[in-house]
Amino acid sequence: MTSEIIMAGFGGQGVMLIGQLLTYAGMLENKQVSWIPSYGPEMRGGTANCSVIVSDEPIGAPIVTEPTALVAMNLPSLDKFEPMVQPGGVIIINSSLIERTVARSDVKVYQIPANDVAAELGNSKVANMVVLGALIAATGTVNSQSVNKAFAKMFAQKPDLLEINERAIERGASYIKC
Amino acid sequence: MAEKILMKGNEAIGEAAIVAGCRRYFGYPITPQTELTEYMAKRMPQVGGVFLQAESEVAAINMVYGAAGTGVRVMTSSSSPGISLKQEGISYIAGAELPCVIVNIMRGGPGLGGIQPGQADYFQATKGGGHGDYRNIVLAPNSVQEIVDMTIQAFDLADQYRNPVMLLGDGALGQMMEPVEFKATDTVPSIKAWAANGMRGRTQPNIINSLHLQPEKLEQHNIHLQQKYAAIQKNETRWEELYTEDADLILVAYGITSRIARSAMEKARSESYKVGLIRPQTLWPFPAAPFAKYAKTAKAFLAVELSAGQMVEDVRLAVNGVRPVAFYGRTGGMIPSPKAVYEQIVKTLKERGGN
Repeated sequence: MTSEIIMAGFGGQGVMLIGQLLTYAGMLENKQVSWIPSYGPEMRGGTANCSVIVSDEPIGAPIVTEPTALVAMNLPSLDKFEPMVQPGGVIIINSSLIERTVARSDVKVYQIPANDVAAELGNSKVANMVVLGALIAATGTVNSQSVNKAFAKMFAQKPDLLEINERAIERGASYIKC
Repeated sequence: MAEKILMKGNEAIGEAAIVAGCRRYFGYPITPQTELTEYMAKRMPQVGGVFLQAESEVAAINMVYGAAGTGVRVMTSSSSPGISLKQEGISYIAGAELPCVIVNIMRGGPGLGGIQPGQADYFQATKGGGHGDYRNIVLAPNSVQEIVDMTIQAFDLADQYRNPVMLLGDGALGQMMEPVEFKATDTVPSIKAWAANGMRGRTQPNIINSLHLQPEKLEQHNIHLQQKYAAIQKNETRWEELYTEDADLILVAYGITSRIARSAMEKARSESYKVGLIRPQTLWPFPAAPFAKYAKTAKAFLAVELSAGQMVEDVRLAVNGVRPVAFYGRTGGMIPSPKAVYEQIVKTLKERGGN
């Protein structure tokens, strides 16, 4: 299986970080992985995105142009990347900030109120982890234990953050089951 | 086996240089390679090395000249406009036969250009760049693991041939993260009897110099350099081939573009097009041999670059008119999708495939 994922949002919403966590988790599962950010002269509040590939096969082009899944944390990201998603692909929408759904009927769409869930959990910064939980539950790219392990490694100096991030991932995943 | 870690290309160059025994780094920040300068600022003091942010790229390359003259392993890095500034120093280093590693994480040009990935410095890297008859050894990795392996190899080649080695990447390779492994290296920097590092019991001082005012002596020096370059061409040419044996069309691409070409090739293969790929891993010396070989079996070649057409000239020299050589490139920091390259494959096969 090859998952080609674009994660996009405002700068500061943590899309680069969840991309790296997913990549790290894939590596821990002994899969082929790559992560590449958009980079540019962006200002605060500008848009940011990254491409993540997790595959059983060697990875060719690391920049994703026909994603199997899209995470859109804000409206400009959804507008930009929605048309590129492969038929049958997955779109995760942060419905706390995006009022519309998608016009296409050939993709699976999940609307996750990520900022509201994060606020309920008591830390607005974990909205990105909520959508990451939803993404991995919807796509099966990696399992949540691997993401938690990746988080523990990347944030080895902040072990107190692990629990709330695990809960955010679980809450995100719970939106997919129904 | 060492544990795999997830690393950015730029940072991987820095760690690989340290593994190779590099303890001197002189540089000046520029996007998209700044993470490398930043990494060296953090790591060099930890390993007892020297990090120095120079006042300019010109100063940095001349610091490299000085350090290399004492026989230590030394590196500098920049991106396209900064590498242009270094050219005078690189020519001096080549003339004085000093080993060093120069990293160019290319961006779109000319001029200040932009900060997105490019491959338009191929001519500059492989054909001289500065003045005089000299060559850099030019290595072109296409993954973060190969960045590690080639950075270590670059220091060995530099010492072996007393020659500058350029690691030629681009903004995408510098920015992307992939798992890497740092294997224990048995590299032992060679003893440099020529180094200007004090008398050490010698009766004559070692002198590092690129000035030869007597034309007879300068010509002798040039003949010696050319003999060295011929040895490098003979011994150090490297490339990778995929699906070339039965290919009607052979793609030619290096660095990040080779990965896009690979994705396009796999799509074409799945549609029963017989497409292969030659990926030069050394850009100088350029791997001419596989082109002479496959010009007998393939119907056409297609060079793909992030430039208006530079490496394609070396492909045409190597194919030597036996088969058509088509070109597809994007410039300015634009990166073609695998689909766009696939469409070029189909088009080239239709027009030049002889069917």
